[in-house]
Amino acid sequence: MPVDNDTVRRIAFLSRLKVDTDKLEDTKEEFNKILNWVEELSEVNTDNVAPLVSVNNESLALRDDAITAGHNAKEILANAPAQEFGYFVVPKVVE
Amino acid sequence: MTEYVITTEKGKWEIICGLEIHCQIISQSKIFSGASTEFGDDVNENVSFVDAGMPGMLPTLNKECVHQAVKTGLGLNAVINKYSEFSRKNYFYADLPQGYQITQFQYPIVGEGAIDIDLADGTSKTIRIERMHIEQDAGKSIHDMSPTKSFIDLNRAGVGLMEIVTRPDFRSPDEAGAFLKKLRSILRYLGTCDGNMDEGSMRCDVNVSVRPYGSDELRTRCEMKNVNSVKFVMQAIESEAKRHIDVYENGGTITQETRQFDPATQTTKVMRKKEFAHDYRYFPEPDLPPLILSDEFINKIRNELVELPDAKKARFIKELGLTAYDAAVICENKETADFFEKAAKGHDAKKVANWLMGDFFAMLNEKKLELKDSPVSAENLGSLVELITSNVINGKTAKDVFALMAETGENPEKIVEERGLKQVTDTGAIEKLIDDLLASAADNVAAYRGGKVGLFGWFVGQIMKQSQGKANPQVVNALLKKKLG
Amino acid sequence: MSNLTDLTISETLRKFKAKEISPVEITKAYAENINACNKQYNAYVTTTIEQALEQAKTAEQNYMNGTNRPLEGIALGIKDLFCTKGVRTTACSHILDNFIPPYESTVTQNLLNDGALFLGKLNLDEFAMGGSNETSYFGPVVNPWSKEIKLVAGGSSGGSAAAVAAKMCAAATGTDTGGSIREPAAFCGVTGIKPTYGRCSRYGTIAFASSLDQAGPICKDVTDCALVLNSMAGYDEKDSTSSKIAVPDFASFLGKDIKGLKIGVPMEYRVDGLNPEVADYWDKAAEILKAAGAEVVSISLPHTKYALPTYYVIAPAEASSNLARYDGVRYGHRVEGNGLDELYISSRTDGFGREVKRRILIGTYVLSAGYYDAYYLKAQKVRRLIKNDFDSAFQKCDVILTPTSPIEPFAIGDKKMLENPINMYLNDVFTVSVNLAGLPAMSLPIGLSKNGLPLGMQLIGKAFDEETVFKTAYQLERGANFVRI
Repeated sequence: MPVDNDTVRRIAFLSRLKVDTDKLEDTKEEFNKILNWVEELSEVNTDNVAPLVSVNNESLALRDDAITAGHNAKEILANAPAQEFGYFVVPKVVE
Repeated sequence: MTEYVITTEKGKWEIICGLEIHCQIISQSKIFSGASTEFGDDVNENVSFVDAGMPGMLPTLNKECVHQAVKTGLGLNAVINKYSEFSRKNYFYADLPQGYQITQFQYPIVGEGAIDIDLADGTSKTIRIERMHIEQDAGKSIHDMSPTKSFIDLNRAGVGLMEIVTRPDFRSPDEAGAFLKKLRSILRYLGTCDGNMDEGSMRCDVNVSVRPYGSDELRTRCEMKNVNSVKFVMQAIESEAKRHIDVYENGGTITQETRQFDPATQTTKVMRKKEFAHDYRYFPEPDLPPLILSDEFINKIRNELVELPDAKKARFIKELGLTAYDAAVICENKETADFFEKAAKGHDAKKVANWLMGDFFAMLNEKKLELKDSPVSAENLGSLVELITSNVINGKTAKDVFALMAETGENPEKIVEERGLKQVTDTGAIEKLIDDLLASAADNVAAYRGGKVGLFGWFVGQIMKQSQGKANPQVVNALLKKKLG
Repeated sequence: MSNLTDLTISETLRKFKAKEISPVEITKAYAENINACNKQYNAYVTTTIEQALEQAKTAEQNYMNGTNRPLEGIALGIKDLFCTKGVRTTACSHILDNFIPPYESTVTQNLLNDGALFLGKLNLDEFAMGGSNETSYFGPVVNPWSKEIKLVAGGSSGGSAAAVAAKMCAAATGTDTGGSIREPAAFCGVTGIKPTYGRCSRYGTIAFASSLDQAGPICKDVTDCALVLNSMAGYDEKDSTSSKIAVPDFASFLGKDIKGLKIGVPMEYRVDGLNPEVADYWDKAAEILKAAGAEVVSISLPHTKYALPTYYVIAPAEASSNLARYDGVRYGHRVEGNGLDELYISSRTDGFGREVKRRILIGTYVLSAGYYDAYYLKAQKVRRLIKNDFDSAFQKCDVILTPTSPIEPFAIGDKKMLENPINMYLNDVFTVSVNLAGLPAMSLPIGLSKNGLPLGMQLIGKAFDEETVFKTAYQLERGANFVRI
């Protein structure tokens, strides 16, 4: 099922990426090429096959409830491109 | 039960409502990191590299959060799923550092359950729980510190949440209100969530639709996010239902959307239309293998489970003879129930209940005190009731004694002893007082005997006064009746 | 001096212990090579030579005191996907080009704990997405085997393979999601192993596709791989997918007899487009192992043809989510915008390169509503079939022998590879299944093509059976007698 320009735009927005209008066609074509290729998978009979979620057979290990991190706001903020009063700063979000 | 029907000029309607409740899990550290869950610390201080979504950081699951979730599931009479999976819910937001929330989607830790709610008319109703899953909370965005910027504090990011989803079983605002109170009571009994809606540790999303009364159709529903008190939830249901009815009766249609309830105007307004709805792209969290719980793990929690409000209530009715109403009031809060049980031990439980719900609560209210800070201990309250039932003091004196207990914190025996408040049951002494009174008030005696029977109370009052309230009123009554003829 | 850098790690350690050479001396020799060659090969994106020399001095002390650790004084290069505390870590992406982690990855910490020292951070395809190291923000790595035309070093661990081949470090760390250790190792005539998924902690390694990513060493020979992997591997409570299965001493398997060992040769790997020289070397490798006493059996891996499409659904899906955290808010590249979404879009559009963006888009699409079942879920099911193929094959054989890549190193900027991304993806045909099944696999050089370029062979083992891979590889290495640069 080939994608159209609207789908490419929607997927780009979901990914928070911009696809320039003049690149839309190219992007769409490339997209369809790859999708067309992975669609080979539809040939495989997967009736009664459970999806493989994890190759690891071990059950999830549980951590003890202890405070082992924190009180290092300086390090948390050290790489921030914008910060004020100990907060990360972003353009105003209108809700 | 009383049916809740909205009647308009054009017809009758009923409400279909379901709730999704986010409950912050009580634990020391966050669900997927070792940072503290403490509320109110300095900005970004309770943040680990995991919570900040730093490159290469990985989640590790807190055992206590799993423990608390299983406990809660058992408290909701729900199925505990021995196999559960974590999933990622993908969306971009400033207070969501990873760009996804780790939650459970297809395989939640808790499956179907049910809890009974008690309604004002004395009936009860079963509300079905669809599921409960665990997930991480987001950070906080602060929008009112600057006209052009929003500020992000990640202290809350990664705190464990339990999301409880009900079936659309509510047919009235009252039912939803009763459910939330009951749920809060259960969570507090279990110690898995403090249930404080005003502080945001319990947050409610409300789904509402309406249908013509008596039909079984399901119409489009709207969701109101983050309603933050029981009262507001009830108001939101009512106002949203009325909006739907209004739209339908004017020939309109309701579109599925997310709305926000404004308590000030008692109305809801649209937040997000469905066409702008997120596409969350859920998929199994590859950083966390499936969670497998053993029977041993679950049974250990089951065996350690505290007695829950329903069971406690039933026991108080059956074994202690409380009325259903009194038992319900006392059992809503575990501390109250525990206090009551301590106070009632070995004493007349019904009388203890009356004192607790009457003078005792009034005293706490007046002094603006929490139960745990009460100057009157449970043991002392029990002793006071014992003094009454064993006729050591009468009811009137008991009120004075209680006031002194509240003031001094002393035990009632000591107060009664030191102040000589023991009631007089010695008939000889009372008889003497009566004889003296009848002799000195010959006019009133004559009037009474002449038919003014209303004067009887005056005689009783005089005797009580002369005995400084200590005379046993029953004895006074009996003797007076005999002597006055 | 250059002969010092010819030494393998095992030889170096012997000479350190015998006090024939010193860590400072050899570290300086590597540093000289870096200064002389890095411009030409572009293997390092950051160097930390001063720091390394300091560490070398400490190492010298430790040898004097007899407190030397397993890799004391060994000079390594670190793929710039491993977070190194206080040292810029970029994933070779513009979006992280200023990022300084306040933490150390578990793998690099393990190496430091064992006495290794780091000469710097090595080039890779941006976020490890690529098979030629051409997607790096810092430009492509040049294969040290290049003659007139500059050839690719392979990817994504191109910097690691080239640095080892050009003797700019004793060994390097790599990561392998679909062949990223093995393919560059093959292209550069060096040896690399991707251990079983879960052997090495992923904590602090920048994630590409979490269910596939696995760290491993790229070294001069099989023995060095065992020594370095010994240090890198081990259970880590900070990574929930890391395995608790005990890590054996990989070096103890070297030189062990392979008599009677069954070597599986999968018929489906005789693909169209397989370079005939590669096919010949494949036969030759089988002969070498036969001569060492092993038995060669034909096996079938029927779903081989679907491994690439499966991989190119699952890896981008996970990547699209893993890369959501790069949003210009908490670290990394930020392009201001009008509003939050615009900030995200501008920062990400500018910060990510073309291949990364392509994969994010594909990954987002295959997870999005309406397509999840057809693509992602389907791929996960086929992934199970691929794993089942290996399980059945390992009923018949102990280890599987295949070429690492169907082709020899190609030119940087090769038109065919650039015009269609799928052509590049096809180079991973022999390597991706291994990641999908989570198995250990090693690539080692088998000989030179007519063009004088190295070709590699791959040995695939059962999960957690690196033992068989190592002892087979050791015999194959001995028989191939490959001469490094």
